[in-house]
Amino acid sequence: MSESLINYTLHLADNALILGQRNSEWCGHGPVLEQDIAITNISLDLIGQARSLYQYAAEKMNAAAGKEHPAVTEDTLAYYRTEREFKNCLLTEQPRGDWAQTVLRQFFFSTYQYYLYQQLQQYADTNLAAIAEKSLKEVSYHLRWSSEWVIRLGDGTDESNRRMKEAVNELWRYTGELFVPAPYEKELGIDPGSMQADWMKKVSAVFEEATLQVPEKIFMQTGGKTGVHSEHLGYILTELQYVQRTYPGCEW
Amino acid sequence: MNIAIRKFYYGDIPEEKGGGKTDAKASGHDWPLWEVFIRSKQGLDHKHAGSLHAADAQMAIENARDVYTRRMEGVSIWVVESKYITASNPDEAGELYEPAMDKIYRHPTFYELPDEVNHM
Repeated sequence: MSESLINYTLHLADNALILGQRNSEWCGHGPVLEQDIAITNISLDLIGQARSLYQYAAEKMNAAAGKEHPAVTEDTLAYYRTEREFKNCLLTEQPRGDWAQTVLRQFFFSTYQYYLYQQLQQYADTNLAAIAEKSLKEVSYHLRWSSEWVIRLGDGTDESNRRMKEAVNELWRYTGELFVPAPYEKELGIDPGSMQADWMKKVSAVFEEATLQVPEKIFMQTGGKTGVHSEHLGYILTELQYVQRTYPGCEW
Repeated sequence: MNIAIRKFYYGDIPEEKGGGKTDAKASGHDWPLWEVFIRSKQGLDHKHAGSLHAADAQMAIENARDVYTRRMEGVSIWVVESKYITASNPDEAGELYEPAMDKIYRHPTFYELPDEVNHM
């Protein structure tokens, strides 16, 4: 039970960290100054969520390990775990692509997080419930911001509509995984599948306004939640962990 | 021969040059310019915070939230497209403001205040 709770907390944290890191690639490269700041703000929100979750996971891990075990911290969890130990969904690690892909991925993920954190607020573990409650306000804004962009581009010019359609084709296959429970979720009695109907309803409503088609049933990629990732995660971690791997324990 | 160098400040821009037309070209898009007014927690009035580009009013509010309220500066935001602001012309500063300079009797400094009146 304790092991599953740690794994689940890491899964939530990894989702936030990897998507935060991905979005941060726009810093200084956003399409306009104001949106550069907006996407960077979202990155910082996500990395803040990841920190709270890693701190909580580290606390649990240290308690479970006893004193002689080397202390786990939020930093060791972010910087010293390997690709197979990361439990983020495949959706979060996909390349940032163009602006259409970035905002669509954010929309898919924020919609998911929005319903997830609403459920987690009621969860028996009070620490997770508190983190969810605090994060929900941030996520609500991410959802609003990203859905407006999906509508703006989908119902925009020929080119923006084309790019949005390409983004849907590219990313849809990674949305199924969000709702398939991993073993640690099953053990904790958490069923992400229960949010799928709400998620689909929200996505359909925004897609209709954006003049986009919800794709037919297609094969969904899975594996991220249990550490089986696409090739992209390795590159992210290489960049993310480079300094700590090269100069272990360095501070500035 | 006099070569006039004219420097424009926010609020000093004549209408035909306002609306972010020149700025829009420089930053590679044609979104209009918006002026942002923020009311802080303690403040009673909205104060001019700066300006930004946005496609519509909703986006301008959200951009203002991201650009100008990151450090909890505000609890309320107003935005208005810059082209709708009519500004006084700096060339007319003489006739507009100088007549008030020698009329010190308009300041309430010649009255003796009763002790009971505080904070004037």
